[in-house]
Amino acid sequence: MKEQTPSMGMNRTGVQMSPFDASEMTRATPPSMMPATPGDDTMLAEMRRSYIEESDPLGSVPLPGTFTGAVTTGTQMLMGNEPQLLLDKLGERLAFERTGTRLYDALISKFEALQDNSTSMTLADLQQIRQDEARHFAIVAEAITSVGGDPTSQTPCADLAGVEAIGLMQAVTDPRTNIAQSLHAILLAEMADNAGWEMLIALAEDQGQGAMITDFTVALDEERSHLQRVQRWYEEATLGKPISAGASVDNVSDVSPSQPLH
Amino acid sequence: MSLNLFSSKGYAPDQQRFTWRDMVGKPISKLDDDAFTRVRIILMNGIENEALRFQHIAARMSRDLRLSLAQIRRTEQHQATMVNWLLGPDHSPLETTIAYEQVAIEVTAAVAQREPDPYIAQAYRFGMLEDFDHLYRYSALLDRLEGKDANNILQSYTDILPGRPTVVEHRAPQDDLREPYDRTTAAPLTRLHALLITAAEFQTHDYYMNIGPLFADPVARQLYAEIASIEEQHVTQYGSLLNPEESVLEQWLMHEATEVYTYYSCVEQETNPRVKAIWERFLDYELGHFHHVAELFKQYEKRDPAELFPTDLPEPVRFASQRDFVRQVLAQEVDLRANGTQFVPLAQESRASIDYRDQINSEGSPSETVAAGYVWTPGTELNRKVAVAV
Repeated sequence: MKEQTPSMGMNRTGVQMSPFDASEMTRATPPSMMPATPGDDTMLAEMRRSYIEESDPLGSVPLPGTFTGAVTTGTQMLMGNEPQLLLDKLGERLAFERTGTRLYDALISKFEALQDNSTSMTLADLQQIRQDEARHFAIVAEAITSVGGDPTSQTPCADLAGVEAIGLMQAVTDPRTNIAQSLHAILLAEMADNAGWEMLIALAEDQGQGAMITDFTVALDEERSHLQRVQRWYEEATLGKPISAGASVDNVSDVSPSQPLH
Repeated sequence: MSLNLFSSKGYAPDQQRFTWRDMVGKPISKLDDDAFTRVRIILMNGIENEALRFQHIAARMSRDLRLSLAQIRRTEQHQATMVNWLLGPDHSPLETTIAYEQVAIEVTAAVAQREPDPYIAQAYRFGMLEDFDHLYRYSALLDRLEGKDANNILQSYTDILPGRPTVVEHRAPQDDLREPYDRTTAAPLTRLHALLITAAEFQTHDYYMNIGPLFADPVARQLYAEIASIEEQHVTQYGSLLNPEESVLEQWLMHEATEVYTYYSCVEQETNPRVKAIWERFLDYELGHFHHVAELFKQYEKRDPAELFPTDLPEPVRFASQRDFVRQVLAQEVDLRANGTQFVPLAQESRASIDYRDQINSEGSPSETVAAGYVWTPGTELNRKVAVAV
């Protein structure tokens, strides 16, 4: 079974593993070899600023593609609401829940493969949360349709949710990561998801979309429960072994200081 | 509007200049720009990278041409940068992959319909059905890994359906070679087509080889490994259509003409005004390159470049959905296989390819695994499954 705590071994990344070369790199560099580039990191910030000032947005919220959609959106605008803002954030939630479902698919594979029993988490727990995420996706799709939107479109905030989630997906689908490491990525997702549902409910209230709020509140309650459980499992998985028992040591090295390599 | 290579002089190579700011401009919008703008960007990046690749190889074979090759190549490098950097960073590598396959399908299908040589047109249809299947497999991966709908990229121009199954596309090397066109009789369009499709496939191969290892998911890593191998076969197929008896200079002139022809095709159909301005600028640059190489051709080969291009350039490559044609080819030719340089019915496939395939697939097939039971549904397959569950 994959260890929940990392082993100690020949990690070569720090300067302490190469004291001779590291000392050469930092000691008495001749002035002729010192960096000659003038300025500091404010120049980098300036370049970023100039691109920010000139950039276009990621894209737009799609215009309604159906007659009903056009009427619904037009009515909302006449009422002083901003249907495009609501549609954008609904699109974000839809994308996030769909990706979240796939994140749990990946975690379920890992859980089944590792047969990890260091936490109180069960396969049934994970399957239930996965089903919740898929159902939340369907709830948002229905809400988008109800206000004249297209649930198959990718709105700007949905697009960005995809960009944000890539790192999480990479962390969970990497076969080398253990349950604790995977749960850390899932925890980030659940925290963002909770904040996302709170924002969406506030926005729906603001735009007089009372019909959505009941379903969304149920979803938020479920997401709060997910967050609490994932946080607990993450802590159990990380701290599962009493720290006093000592970190495991692999057979490459021992607990005495390692031999410098170069 | 037709274009004549010799009446349009373009922009002199020594006046073709860039700055970093110029090269790294605003990207297109993944959401709002037309999918064919992205298709053109990817195609032109492939064409520019082929120019770089060829010109490096040519420099290894000719002392006399080295300086000219280095000078022209520097501009090609910066053109490639400016074009490729138009892709927005909100495209995940897998979403960009979907776009690459759309290029392979739509451009190859367009070219296959215009290709005057029936054997070479068959080669394009044969390869196109394989890229069509890659799109289906990658769409399944995008759906099942990232939870995204490939149609957000394809914008409903291209079908997401199985083609010739990737698992049976693996062939022995001898069954990927094709007969080259005859350099004395081939139509200019045949030569332009062969170069532009080879260029597109080569960059697809290189792209998959670069991004495959960036994925953590082992299914994705295997799928990229598998499809990159097919792209290598495709480069072998399309590259072998090019006539090996052409001189280095003749090949260089054809490359420059191909760049002119494809930029011209882009200029004629681009819908994004900012991107169109780039195509117009680079069309002028490539005309400048063409004339520079045409002079070298006269100087070293003592031949008239007009003999290669007796008339105006052909009609532009048509950038549009080729759905009906693709479906027709799928219905009629999905069971074609290769035996040596010939396309044959299923039963006549070479033993060497069957043996090769049996071995390479012997520990499983990533393309079958990723798409098991996959049926594309608007909004991802979860849309269908949740609807069924409710």
